[in-house]
Amino acid sequence: MVTRGFTGRQSGSELSERIPPGQHLVDNFPVLTAGPTPRIEPADWTFTLKVGTRPVKAWNWSEFNALPRTRMTRDIHCVTSWSKLNTAWEGVAIDDILADAGLSAPTPFALAHCYDGYSTNVPLADLATGKAMVALNYEGQPLPRDHGGPARLLVPHLYFWKSAKWVSGLQFTERDEAGFWELRGYHKYGDPWREQRYKND
Amino acid sequence: MTEAIAATARWQSCAIVEIATRTPAIKSFFLRLSETFDYTAGQHVDVRLTAPNGYTAMRSYSIASAPSDSNVIELAIERLADGEVSPFFHDVARIGDMIELRGPLGGHFLWPGPTANPLLLIGAGSGVVPLMAMIRHRKASGEPVPVALLLSSRTWGDVLFRDELLELERSLPDLALALALTREPATRRDDFSRRIDSAMVAGVAARLPVPPGCAFVCGSNAFVDIATDAVLALGLKAMAIKTERYGA
Repeated sequence: MVTRGFTGRQSGSELSERIPPGQHLVDNFPVLTAGPTPRIEPADWTFTLKVGTRPVKAWNWSEFNALPRTRMTRDIHCVTSWSKLNTAWEGVAIDDILADAGLSAPTPFALAHCYDGYSTNVPLADLATGKAMVALNYEGQPLPRDHGGPARLLVPHLYFWKSAKWVSGLQFTERDEAGFWELRGYHKYGDPWREQRYKND
Repeated sequence: MTEAIAATARWQSCAIVEIATRTPAIKSFFLRLSETFDYTAGQHVDVRLTAPNGYTAMRSYSIASAPSDSNVIELAIERLADGEVSPFFHDVARIGDMIELRGPLGGHFLWPGPTANPLLLIGAGSGVVPLMAMIRHRKASGEPVPVALLLSSRTWGDVLFRDELLELERSLPDLALALALTREPATRRDDFSRRIDSAMVAGVAARLPVPPGCAFVCGSNAFVDIATDAVLALGLKAMAIKTERYGA
């Protein structure tokens, strides 16, 4: 349905190919969080890998920082409709975390858990083979607290609520278990190119 | 909750039936739903505008009206100078225009229902919109929940829903209203003439009969960070503090 009198602020065709339907470009980096911004000191930080309820391995901050580093520059897309291009991240690829724990293909699904009680589900196929990382730096600087510092999950090809801030661990699960927003009406998978914003989209 | 969202989050075409200027920067748009939906105070809708060439722009707006039997909902939209959708609403939209929206959406920033614990609501500027839906619902439902609202605005003229809030303060004995004006002196005795800080939040919470069980905070990221730190200092658990921050 055409809206009377609306033309909008349309990007050039080159850029528009990189912007999923219903999204618009921003230059800033909006902060959206369901509660207070947690304060997690690196000295108190650990990252725990579990399969089901069984802890497989835990890393403290210095152990985690000694893992191999990966850099990614990606476009990101928030379900609230903003997109940001060419964001530069550095961190530890999920593949390298699994390798360090001696795990290859634990289970088909995972839940990311966070220090603020948040969680979100992501299939293993979207975490492995270089698709995702635990990000420690953004644009060459330690990740700011507002954006999930000291560490957040980065799954840039899915809506950004999947890139959980203040991540504390990954739990591999046999079934695809819904996380915080997925239990509150959001889509279970969240592909921006298929506009999977809400349940049943 | 999630079932209700799944069942109702379809796009629908709604007519603008009324436009009201609320402040120099904020207008209310009253939209008549073609498919009525049940919602909870605090929820939002997604609005979608479509250009003749098929280009679409989507934004989320909190619902300002309280849930009722009416099929008209109120959205209060601030005109952002560099915005794409809000200038359309302020400068182009008129009564009778059809607007696509879907909702209700959001399963977190929600009126908690009848509860023995008072609520502390903290908003800045148009961040009062979902909080207003809660206060209006508190009034309409008669649920005996004490509520304190701390609302920060630039000037007296920028206080969104000001006259209605002043009237609600008079008619609802268990509503405490505190205004904080950041760019001019406050004239009411118990209001504030400064930006939000911890002492202000503690003082407003102390106007409740017992300490709040839950807090809702809505505004810019910087405002929400100050407010939530202040609420944490009151002893509330992080999980009892729900926030909405302006996106883009």
